Amino acid sequence: MSDKRPNTITHHLTDELLLGYSAGTLPEAVNLIVATHVSLCDDCRAAVEAYDALGGATMDHLETVDVSDACLDGALDLIRNGAWAAPDRPLVPQDSVLPQPLRDYVGGSIEDVKWRPVGMGVKQAILPTTSDASARLLYIPAGTAVPDHSHGGMELTLVLKGAFSDEDGTFARGDIEVAHEDMHHTPVADISEDCICLAVTDAPLKFKGLLPRIAQRFVGI
Amino acid sequence: MFGHASPVDSSDGHTAPTAQLPRHIETLFESGRKKSVDLQRKTHPKDPLSENMIEALIRIRDNRDQDAFVTVFRHFAPRVKAFLMRSGADATLAEECVQEVMATVWHKAAQFDPSRASVSTWIFTIARNKKIDVLRKQRRPEPEDLPWGPESEPDQAEALGLQQESEKLGAAIAALPQKQRDLIEKAYFGDLSQSEIAEQTGLPLGTIKSRIRLALDRLRHAMDAT
Repeated sequence: MSDKRPNTITHHLTDELLLGYSAGTLPEAVNLIVATHVSLCDDCRAAVEAYDALGGATMDHLETVDVSDACLDGALDLIRNGAWAAPDRPLVPQDSVLPQPLRDYVGGSIEDVKWRPVGMGVKQAILPTTSDASARLLYIPAGTAVPDHSHGGMELTLVLKGAFSDEDGTFARGDIEVAHEDMHHTPVADISEDCICLAVTDAPLKFKGLLPRIAQRFVGI
Repeated sequence: MFGHASPVDSSDGHTAPTAQLPRHIETLFESGRKKSVDLQRKTHPKDPLSENMIEALIRIRDNRDQDAFVTVFRHFAPRVKAFLMRSGADATLAEECVQEVMATVWHKAAQFDPSRASVSTWIFTIARNKKIDVLRKQRRPEPEDLPWGPESEPDQAEALGLQQESEKLGAAIAALPQKQRDLIEKAYFGDLSQSEIAEQTGLPLGTIKSRIRLALDRLRHAMDAT
């Protein structure tokens, strides 16, 4: 069981995302896509543990701030008398498309996603996160043609099912594309299978930004 | 360790040094672990403080020992408080959070596994999650748990190896040039993104990024040397 899964993932998280996830400085939607990628990628899971170790070691070296006696008394009171509800994760059944962090946000499996059509057969479902960035699931029919397009802000796209290809290579399940505003790509959806992605954008939604870059391309906005 | 060398730093268009930085964590925490166990008596004197903290946490875990809790509190509470205040909490809120973080340490002690994380790392992750909850008012998405087999006996050698790696990492951080260390501290404990650090310090974003990258490279090298 503890055998390493064969790692077929070739597009990984950046140092900046790994550090930000460990430090807890990213928007919730970005944390969600990081946690989802890490659920599928043992290399990045190990890297997150290394960054947590860096956080722990750095905390050790911080200049300390004195704590009042009342604080210790309060903590002792909490451990002696405080009620403790273990915040257990609700058990959502396994799902071959959505890893656990996404099942937590969908509140169920891929069958429970409330898709809304956005044109050209593309569907989306926006996930509930804080508004400093947005996360959505995208459903893109197989073989959809994609016009070249640029966009504003950072956009992260994680493939959950199917695949797409662009100048950076092929992105299949578990692969994450980290795109910045200066990128121009022409992704092409795999012809053989519908594609489901998680897309996260950190730019405030503009009028053209109503759809993430990849969906804009698929629907030809 | 510390992630993957990304061949292109797309934000400023520079090509990062592509010499594939070793993916240390695998070597570090697998083969490195066995190696360091052989070496430890000769090359790495044990750190009595981290020994004590591991023992105290195990006494909390196994015996619900309140004296051990006080020991852990006295060491970590001033650090957790410093972390929370640097993330924007005032002293009162920071102390409230410290109490809750330390109570969580008590209640979740059964989950502490010294072969997977040092005491500092484990408490850091609890404090970080508290910060996200209370200061940023966000949920914290966590990765899916690995489908491990039946719980195996905690491995002494692994725990020892991990402890030594943690000490080595601590020494490597202490040896960083001040400017790089400051930025690593800011990145973890200022509750700032890299662009916000740039705004706050008036340094160009590219400088921030390259200093952090240099610091990470230095740490990788330090962890790689035996």
